[in-house]
Amino acid sequence: MSDVPQQTPQETDAADAGPEDIETGADAVVRALENARVEHLFGVQGGAIMPVYDALYHSEMNHITMAHEQGAAHAADAYGIVSGEPGICMATSGPGATNLVTGIADANMDSDPVVALTGQVPTEFVGNDAFQETDTIGVTGPITKANVFANDSETVGETVGSAFALAKRGRQGPTLVDLPKDVTKGVAEDDPGTPELPETYNPPETAEPEAVSEAAETIASADKPVILAGGGVIKAEASEELREFATEHEIPVITTMPGIGAFPEDHELSLEMAGMHGTGYANMAITMTDCMLAIGTRFDDRLTGGLETFAPDAEVVHVDIDPAEISKNVEADHPLIGDAKAVLKQLATAMPRSPAADEWREQCQQWKDEYPMDYAAPEDEPVKPQYVVEAFDDATADDAIVTTGVGQHQMWACQYWTYKEPRTWVSSHGLGAMGYGVPATIGAKIAAPEKDVVCFDGDGSFLMTCQELSVAVREDLDVTIVVLNNAAIGMVRQWQDAFFGERHMASQYPWIPEFDTLAEAFGARGFRIDTYEEVEEVVEEALAYDGPSVVDAHIDPGENVYPMVPSGGDNGQFALSEEQL
Amino acid sequence: MSRNQDTHRNGLEGPAPEERQRPVGRRNSQGIRIDPEVEAEHEPRRTIISAYVADEPGTLARVSGLFHRRQFNIESLTVGPTQNDGYSRITLVVEEPDPGIDQVKKQLNKVLPVVHVRELDNEPVARELVILKVDGDEPDKVQAITEMYDGETLDAGPRTITVQITGDEGKIDDAIDAYAQFGIREIARTGQAALARGEEETARVDETHT
Ligand SMILES: Cc1ncc(C[n+]2csc(CCOP(=O)(O)OP(=O)(O)O)c2C)c(N)n1
Repeated sequence: MSDVPQQTPQETDAADAGPEDIETGADAVVRALENARVEHLFGVQGGAIMPVYDALYHSEMNHITMAHEQGAAHAADAYGIVSGEPGICMATSGPGATNLVTGIADANMDSDPVVALTGQVPTEFVGNDAFQETDTIGVTGPITKANVFANDSETVGETVGSAFALAKRGRQGPTLVDLPKDVTKGVAEDDPGTPELPETYNPPETAEPEAVSEAAETIASADKPVILAGGGVIKAEASEELREFATEHEIPVITTMPGIGAFPEDHELSLEMAGMHGTGYANMAITMTDCMLAIGTRFDDRLTGGLETFAPDAEVVHVDIDPAEISKNVEADHPLIGDAKAVLKQLATAMPRSPAADEWREQCQQWKDEYPMDYAAPEDEPVKPQYVVEAFDDATADDAIVTTGVGQHQMWACQYWTYKEPRTWVSSHGLGAMGYGVPATIGAKIAAPEKDVVCFDGDGSFLMTCQELSVAVREDLDVTIVVLNNAAIGMVRQWQDAFFGERHMASQYPWIPEFDTLAEAFGARGFRIDTYEEVEEVVEEALAYDGPSVVDAHIDPGENVYPMVPSGGDNGQFALSEEQL
Repeated sequence: MSRNQDTHRNGLEGPAPEERQRPVGRRNSQGIRIDPEVEAEHEPRRTIISAYVADEPGTLARVSGLFHRRQFNIESLTVGPTQNDGYSRITLVVEEPDPGIDQVKKQLNKVLPVVHVRELDNEPVARELVILKVDGDEPDKVQAITEMYDGETLDAGPRTITVQITGDEGKIDDAIDAYAQFGIREIARTGQAALARGEEETARVDETHT
């Protein structure tokens, strides 16, 4: 059995923090979390999970009661992204567990480290359709990295520890332990110890040296090299190595959406994000490159567009810790299986020379000049959302964290904010779950209380989880939620404009509440923006307010997100306006 | 003051799609770089994959769920215990293009109780069992066919005859064709079980498992 690295046993601390003695399975569960140095838990109480909550009664760990279990899962997910440590969410059986599902699926798509602990009906009732019984293992099987039905009180603590280790090691992801009530109530005595991985799980560390040399030679010989940095770079804490490698060899860097922050966007080598709503210059470079060093990305279709036209001239060097990602979507000419940080170090050492790519860099610069990110903002029209995003970026620290819902606002938040550090961009990428914003804001702030946290939400997304505002108020979290309010589920409306003859079926929200007033009802501060003149003052006041604030920003309801590559399209043929679609 | 206040805003600009540089190459729909003139796709092929797995509740469900979810074309799946307590062998027959077969192996490997996965090439030893029930009007002819295929009669009555045939897939298909003339009432096939030939290992099993 292998230990989780950077995890030193801290038995003395744990003994101080935990209950005096371990008496039940639930005590062992709690002790396992303490041994894993868990500080915060997000959850909702309920019958089947009550023994675990009872065991938490004396624990020093901070449990945050969320308004809805979906909120608990998203908060844990954001906590995991920001802190790098698995976020823990808890729910009771049946409806509690099913409410977690969206958040677990989200973590699974984005490989975020999350541990879900669900209550279950007592073992003797399992399979009988007992009150609040759901086959949680069956339901969450396809959306977890691993899930386990705990069936033994004596070992349940170790099971939870191993779920924690699995969430964090190798390709990160959500794990779940289903905890029948009789198991958590049953007798346990032993300290479960620190988290250990199951024997069959041995993620690779470094890539094969020969493959590394060949890949390095390929990169060094390239005329038009790019680096494509995915979320895996951030997960592996490899941003520093990436920065060194790129600057040393002067290779332009493109990121995927989860890779935002892996490389500073104000760096001259940065081309920012490619894909459906990526920058024109990133999409040109990713199309024309002859050598792509792709690190920690799964080549999602929002990035690649149609595979036929994705980097068709490029030899692909693909670094990933999960062998199953190699050639899943895009064939890798040079697979390097291993941890991104370790492999980047290997590559750095193996590079025989830097690629001779002056012309290519000039070409990239030319694309940057040709396709600047910009928007028209006539003064007599309603406020443009991009303007609001930039105003908040200007007014916050460089390491401020941005969280989002899903939709147009999410795209503006990634296009018009300049990300400079890893773990400052917290969003629902692969699943695209509306409602992610508010709970993620809570999780992010709990993970990084000293940082500015700004959420850009859509009116539709906000309405899906705005009840979590009550939690932000109760926990007195100093966060700012900016609703880019277009009285529509705008991204859908945009597609209707473009592909459905402007038939706005079920995408307009004529009955939208006053979000500033709603915020006040929750005990938060509410602000409202209607004109450009108000922007600066509201930004200042909302950020200055010491507690949760909600800015209801009434933006141009007709504004759409560009550039755009229609789904399955050709990245190099991105449209700059509807006419070009 | 916000930096965007004095900027003159033009909206997005730049050359239109048709004015842009174009790459010369192309990939196929499987993401493989190809000669654009030729447009080759990988053709599916049939193969046998063997997985050695720890017996844990839900392992089979996870494996079959995986095939369904990832849309792998699976033809048969058999499972049974091995010589080692607590471990089973799953034999899968799949029909996929090479990249798909590769994915099948890698995805199987990610299922935690799966200890080892291998594709059995080089003519593995593979057998299937079929039980079939035919109309009993011509018992002598049925018996002749059964003998021809080294089968065994399991049950014979005035109206039906039930036989068993074991063999490789081709033999079973042929046998079923041959019985068709009598009127087949029901068929139950097991799907293939297979081991690698000779000294070759079917799955990497360390000393704790041998
Ligand atoms: C839970 C969920 N339901 C539906 C969708 C489909 N969808 C994607 S974007 C979008 C519109 C989002 O509207 P809003 O949150 O108001 O943001 P906007 O696009 O207007 O900025 C919808 C409905 C989704 N992504 N998630």
